[in-house]
Order: sequence, then structure tokens, then C-alpha cells
Amino acid sequence: MTTEHNARVLDAKIPDGPIQEKWDKYRFDTKLVNPSNRRKYDIIVVGTGLAGAGAAATLGEQGYNVKAFTYNDSSRRAHSIGAQGGINAAKNYPNDNDSIFRLFYDTVKGGDYRSREANVYRLAQVSNEIIDQTVAQGAPYAREYGGLLDNRSFGGAQVSRTFYARGQTGQQLLLTAYQALARQVAAGSVELFTRTEMLDVVLKDGRAVGIVTRDLITGEIESHSAHAVVLATGGYSNVYFLSTNAMNCNGTAIWRAYRKGALFASPSFTQIHPTCIPVGDEFQSKLVLMSESLRNDGRIWVPAKAGDDRPPKDIPEDERDYYLERMYPAFGNLVPRDVASRAAMRMVQAGHGVGPLKNGVYLDFADAIGRLGRKTIEDRYGNLFEMYERITDENPYEVPMRIYPAPHYTMGGLWVDYNLETTIPGLFAAGEANFSDHGANRLGASALMQGLADGYFVLPATISSYLANWLNVPPVPTDDEVFVETEQELKERIDKFLSINGTHTVDYFHRKLGKVMIDECGMSRSREGLEKALEEIAEIKRDFWSDLRVLGTAESLNQSLERAGRVADFLELGELMVRDALDREESCGGHFRVEHVTEEGEAKRDDENFAFVSAWEWTGEDSPPIRHKEPLEFEYVPLSQRSYK
Amino acid sequence: MDVTLRVWRQPDSASEGGFVTYEANGVSADASFFEMLDMVNEELNDRGEEPIAFDSDCREGICGTCGVMIDGHPHGPQRGTATCQLHMRKFKDGDTIVIEPWRAEAFTVVRDLVVDRSPFDKIIQAGGYISVNVGAAPDAHDTLVPRPAAEASMDAASCIGCAACVAACPNGAANLFTAAKIAHLGLLPQGQPERYLRTVAMVETMEDYFGSCRNYGECETACPKSISIDVIAWMNRDYVAAQWKNFRKQGQQV
Ligand SMILES: Cc1cc2nc3c(=O)[nH]c(=O)nc-3n(C[C@H](O)[C@H](O)[C@H](O)COP(=O)(O)OP(=O)(O)OC[C@H]3O[C@@H](n4cnc5c(N)ncnc54)[C@H](O)[C@@H]3O)c2cc1C
Ligand code: SF4
Ligand code: FES
Repeated sequence: MTTEHNARVLDAKIPDGPIQEKWDKYRFDTKLVNPSNRRKYDIIVVGTGLAGAGAAATLGEQGYNVKAFTYNDSSRRAHSIGAQGGINAAKNYPNDNDSIFRLFYDTVKGGDYRSREANVYRLAQVSNEIIDQTVAQGAPYAREYGGLLDNRSFGGAQVSRTFYARGQTGQQLLLTAYQALARQVAAGSVELFTRTEMLDVVLKDGRAVGIVTRDLITGEIESHSAHAVVLATGGYSNVYFLSTNAMNCNGTAIWRAYRKGALFASPSFTQIHPTCIPVGDEFQSKLVLMSESLRNDGRIWVPAKAGDDRPPKDIPEDERDYYLERMYPAFGNLVPRDVASRAAMRMVQAGHGVGPLKNGVYLDFADAIGRLGRKTIEDRYGNLFEMYERITDENPYEVPMRIYPAPHYTMGGLWVDYNLETTIPGLFAAGEANFSDHGANRLGASALMQGLADGYFVLPATISSYLANWLNVPPVPTDDEVFVETEQELKERIDKFLSINGTHTVDYFHRKLGKVMIDECGMSRSREGLEKALEEIAEIKRDFWSDLRVLGTAESLNQSLERAGRVADFLELGELMVRDALDREESCGGHFRVEHVTEEGEAKRDDENFAFVSAWEWTGEDSPPIRHKEPLEFEYVPLSQRSYK
Repeated sequence: MDVTLRVWRQPDSASEGGFVTYEANGVSADASFFEMLDMVNEELNDRGEEPIAFDSDCREGICGTCGVMIDGHPHGPQRGTATCQLHMRKFKDGDTIVIEPWRAEAFTVVRDLVVDRSPFDKIIQAGGYISVNVGAAPDAHDTLVPRPAAEASMDAASCIGCAACVAACPNGAANLFTAAKIAHLGLLPQGQPERYLRTVAMVETMEDYFGSCRNYGECETACPKSISIDVIAWMNRDYVAAQWKNFRKQGQQV
């Protein structure tokens, strides 16, 4: 499937020197733009989540002219707002032997050795500054009585390094970024476009020079030009239709960039989060996460006997299987997400599932309530318990929660080098939208960290290396043919959606795609299933383009039309995910190929043949993509079989 | 269960709107309110009628995107619950449910149930932040925050900016929203340097767009995050204090 002879080896532009010194050295060596020249530059930032709002606000503070875009009605509503559990940092406040090196080490190991050491180390380095910054901005983190910050533990770590604001950490962090952005909007350094969706990126002479957008209320198609474009548009878990992501999250921005030549890295590396509320019925529109922090105090179990359908309280202690504690005594209920998810899947497949549809496992707080009292549990997780009860009509203080894994996060995304620059000069990617620092599996509380690291600290420091080349060169005017052509193409595409006039809604096709993706390219993948998926996706795609029905007009708010464009892109992205999963003949992190397992049934990596990042290149509508490689070297965290026993 | 819906339909802000009746049959009691609307929309599309436009995103009660009037109650009958978290088990078979957009002087209906709430962002832009450039922050533990202050601040900071408080208010006032942000920042030591400046700027911007508060208290009842009306009293005191505290002399400038 890959045309090996066309494949390139990618240069990540990692600075020389010991890992501890790379970032400092980089910042000293990099080209700068002096403060009085910054107002001569226009920068487009698409997305106002943690990464985008953080970057836009910071670049505004530094004196650049920024245009920020979001399809939400306010920049405060980006999907980051939904993050619950917390954010990691290497402060070592609990004095439990944490350090920057340990955070780095845990993240590389947790990612199953498929991430770039230099980036992860930098992430760990800036983690502490993020806490300083967000505290100063007024994030009301949980405190101890002495007024100091409190910490808790998350999966994949044996230290307590997670900072949190009740079960609303993402909300509080996004609000600080949103407020920092609002301050720049008021100051005039950032122009904000809400309810405006980016539909394509525009290139001239091979570099990114702007974007084309659609005003979601008037339908107007408009071009915006700039010296550089930053995509901070989040992840693509909604390719599965049902996921924990917000309803509008989509992959369009990065997919369009891919079709314009940016390489797409590790598309099949997706995270299926272990603690979500199981699917209830067929009209379910999304899945709800119960924060991983619950695994601090909740114990996961299933009835030891398959098919046992007694109510949980009637199942005596010795007839319960606390399977994570049994199989992984060192980490117990706090094993990394991929490990916990697969274990739950195996339990359900083996007939131990609980609940009306036998599609869950228990997460039980009885012991913790007995030990700490109901009040403490309420303080820690009150809002999550309430949310659970609202959805399921069951009271988790009395009956154990039922949970099951659900698509949650995408480690894959646009390939970026150490500068966060894609393979298109002038096009940068930040936050969940890039292939990021998480390898094949992300540890809990590290996406908020990465979003703010990229947005506040990394991108504002690296973008000058590109901008410095364009001093006194004005941006390409929006009446240039490159913009006019793209606008025309987009209008034609929109007309196409409106004129198919078939029989089915957009959701109908999205649901079909989602089912194929979760069955064949979800928690467990096989060659046979993936090959079948390729055929099925092709068929759904054909039907979509001939049998879709989108009513209404292009010149008004038209939510079906918005979704049609996003699902059209998901159909192509889903196919690339399947190709990537087929191509990677090993198991690692969230990518679990049934053909590649250890004797104990755990993921079996093949470091000899696959210690690289796969970065895919679009070659056209009807020709297969080419897979390029970024070789990965592990100098500081020696390659080893992950063990959480 | 079967329910009858009376839904506000309006093509755009310039056009007149009106109620249209739809039947939603065979709805599961476990479905969420929006899942019920999704189902109605699928049927409408199949029949060749344009689906009902409504806003939602997280569907977990945290992003503040959603919100409609249900039988005259913002976010519907369940207290402390955003529309997206409302489930059909709160209704009875055979009910007629009236669904309308937020209505307030300051908001325009964009289409059907979708409204423009951008004046909220204007209030935040007027001063709802702490001015600290990235890179300039002191060490996190340089500032101790007494736990009760952190908790009270967090209570106020839970506001999701949904605007149910405005929709609930007979005067269309935005005091609960504005006061929640003023309290979030003003209760923290980090928020002190700009405190009075912030309060004055935010209150005055709020007054430019919204009606005035007469202490009806409807906002608190409607708020999906149960933000306490106490924050309004706190904001009012701060605003009055700002008038006689000559804050320029405390290093704050207008
Ligand atoms: C339920 C849940 C809980 C989580 N909990 C945690 C946690 O406890 N800890 C943790 O570390 N991580 C957590 N995560 C993950 C984390 O929240 C996300 O990975 C992170 O917030 C992503 O931030 P972002 O800035 O990259 O993107 P997002 O926050 O997704 O923002 C994307 C932005 O891009 C805009 N956008 C996208 N496409 C376009 C377009 N075409 N045109 C215009 N605008 C566009 C959107 O409007 C939005 O503003 C959680 C995720 C979920 C779903
Ligand atoms: S105060 Fe309550 S009702 Fe008003 S915007 Fe905030 S969350 Fe919504
Ligand atoms: S959709 Fe996010 S609060 Fe309702």
C-alpha cells in the first residue's frame, strides 16, 4: 500500500545538545522579531481552545496583529471547556520524588515509545510555568487549608502531580485563556471572528498565506490573508460518531491542510477512554466521560462468574473480580488508559459485562465512602456523581457506577517539527490538532498541559523563526487568484451538498461511518477487519455523495450544511486511519492489532521495524497516500516493554 | 412516550417568527431532550422540511452553548440543569411542550431557537480578566489563597455563560452573569490590583446593553449552575465602594 520508494525521511529539526538544554539553546539560537517590528505581521489563529486562545492572546500581548477564528458563538465554548480531571505539572509539591525528568519519562513510556523525546521533555519543562501562569490569571485551583495548591493522582503515574479545579479543570483553564484573549480583543491586538468556520487553507508558492472561511450566520464565504497560519482546531474523535467530544468537534481544518500538502501523522492513534457511561440506546448522540480522577478512589470490578446478573450489592466480595488490581498490582486501578480500556473490553467480551445491555463494568465507591466518608467523596467528585445520576437515573453513592470505554482523544494529527510547523512552510499546528507529544497513548491530565504549553509558551517562541524571513513583505492580497480559486471551489462544494437531494440525513451517514470505525478501528484491530472497513467506508462514501439530503440554503444558518462538510471530510479521514492501522504491523498504546500480542495478551511493539512516526501524504482523490517516516530515537528513556504490574 | 411540541420557528433575525406544532412519537424516557429534538429533525428532513435550528455542543452542561425556554422556564423544569442535561423522563406521556428561544432586549434571534449572546463577551472584554502577560507570572506558591476564598471563587467561576439568567429576568438584566465573574476574580488575592477598576468597567458595560436589576431573583432559580444571587449583592457593594474609594490613588487608573 505504501510506495516505499517515494517515501521520505522527515527531519524534525531537533536542536543539538543534551535534552535538558535543547529548549534553552533553541531559544537562544532562533531568529527573533524585534518588538517594534511585530505590528508589521499578521497571524491567523484558527481555534480558540486552550491552544488557540492561548496562542492568540500571547501573540497579541507580544505585539503581533492576530485574527482568531472559531465556529462557536463565543470563544469561551471551545471543547477544552469540557475537560474535567486536571492538568499535570512537575512541581513536586507533594514531595513524592517527582521531577521534570520523571514527568518526561512517564509521558514517553505512557505513550508506548512512539513520541519524540525532545518535544516531550520541553513539555515537561514548561509544565510548571503553566501552573504559575494560570494561577496568576485567576484559575481557582483546589487548595489545601494552608492556602497551598492541592494535587491528585492520574493513571500511568505513581506520583501525585495533577492540579485540578473540582471536576471542571478544563472549564477554569479555558476561562483564563478566554479572558486573556478578551483582554487582547479589547486592546485591539486580536480581531475575533465567532461563528466563523475555516473551510480551507490557502497556499501560494508552497507556503501558507491565509484561509477561506464561511460565516455560519450569513453564509458568506470570505478570504483572510496573513504571514502565518496556526491551526489549533482540536481532535477528530467524532469520526466515531459517538465519542466524548463536543457535538461540533471535527477534523475539517486539519483534513483540508492535509489535502493541501501537510503530512498527517499517526492517524490511527486514537484513545478510547476507560471511564465513560455505557451506550444506552440507539438515538444516543454522544458519550459522557466520567473523569479518570474517579479511579483514585473508585474500584473497578465485574462479577467473577460470567452471566451473573444479580444486583451488585448481592454479589459477595469473594465473587467479585477486581481485575485491574488482580492483573496489575503495582498500578491497580490507575493503569494507563489503553490498558484499562482493553481489560474492560475483554471482561465484557467474556460475558462479565454488567447493566441492562451487559456492556459495562462497575466503578465502585463503597470502600472509599466507608474509609473517607461521604462528605469527602462529595467534595471530590460531587458534580460528576450528579451528572451520572442525571443521565442514568441511578445514585452512585448507593449503586456502583457502570462504565465502559469510549472514543475520547486523538493522538494523531498534523505532523509538526520541533517548531510546531507542519510540512507546509508558514502553517503551524498546536494542541490536539498536531500529532503531539503523546505517542500511541496519552496519559490523563496531559492534554490540557500540552494545549497550554503549545499555546502560551512554545508556539509564541518558535513562530518568529519563520516570521523573521518575511519582514516588510506584505501579506498576499485576498483578491489574488489563489484566494479567488479556493473560494470558487468551496462554493461549488456547498452547492453540491445542497443539490444532491437524496433521501438520508447527514447523521445517517455519520452514524454508519462511526459504526465501522468503532468496530474495526477502535479498541482492537485486525487485518481482516480493517480490509473490510476500507470497502465499507468506500461504499458509505459513494452513498453519501449520491443519496444525501441537505435542505435549506447556503445563505443562512444551516446546521445540516455545516455537518455535511464535516462528515464528508470524516469519511476520507476515517479511510486514512484504517490505512494507517493496517500499515502498522505492531501493537502499541491505543493501536492494538490482534495479530501482535504478547503471551499475556498485552500490546506487543515491534521496535525493530516500527520505531518511527508514520506521516502520510495526500496524493490525490484516486491514488493511495504515501507514508513517510520520522525515525524515533530513545536516548533518555530506554526502549522497554511497558509493564504496569 | 408521545409528546406534542410547539416550537418557535423563525428563518432569520429580520423575519417574523411563529409557533409550529410537531408530534414526537415513540420517544424513549431515557433520551435527552436534545436527542428527542434530533429525532424530530431527522423526521423533518425525511419529510422535506427544514430541521429546527438549535445550539448545543458539549451536551454535558459545561460549555453554555445550549439553552431554550421550555414551557416558559429557561432550561426547562429541572433545577440546576442545563437544557442538554434534561432527560425526557422529566416529562409525561401526552405532554405538550412549548419551546422558545431566549428572549431579551440585548439578544437577537438568529434563527429558530438560536440567539446571539455576544453582549456577554463585551462585558468580559471590558475587564473580566486579570492582566498578566504570559511569562510574567510569579511562582504559583508566592500567592497563598485561603481555601474558603478559593472555594467561593470557584462557586462563582462555575458560571457557563448560558444567559438563562437574562432570559429569566423580567427586565432582561445580566447582573447574575456579571456579578459571577466579578466575584470569581475579586475574591482571589490575584484579582485585587484591578478589583475596583474591573467592577466599574464591567458594571457600566453591562448597563450599556442590559436592563436593570430589581431583585426579582428569577435568575438564581433559572441558573443551571445554581450561582447564588449573593454575588449580586457583593458586586453592588463593590461598585458602591469603588465610588468612594479613590482607586486611582491605589495605583489603578481609568
Ligand atoms: C470530556 C473530556 C474530558 C477531558 N478531560 C481532560 C483532563 O481532565 N485533562 C486533560 O489534560 N485533558 C482532558 N481532555 C482532553 C482535552 O480537553 C483536549 O484534548 C484539549 O482541551 C484540546 O484543546 P485544543 O485547544 O487543542 O482544542 P479544542 O479545545 O478542541 O478547541 C478547538 C477550537 O477550534 C475551533 N475550530 C475547530 N475547527 C474549526 C474550523 N474549521 N473553523 C473555525 N474554528 C474551528 C473550535 O471552535 C475551538 O475553538 C478531555 C477531553 C474530553 C472530551
Ligand atoms: S449566571 Fe447562571 S444562568 Fe447566568 S449565564 Fe451564568 S450559568 Fe447561565
Ligand atoms: S450543550 Fe454545552 S451546556 Fe448544554
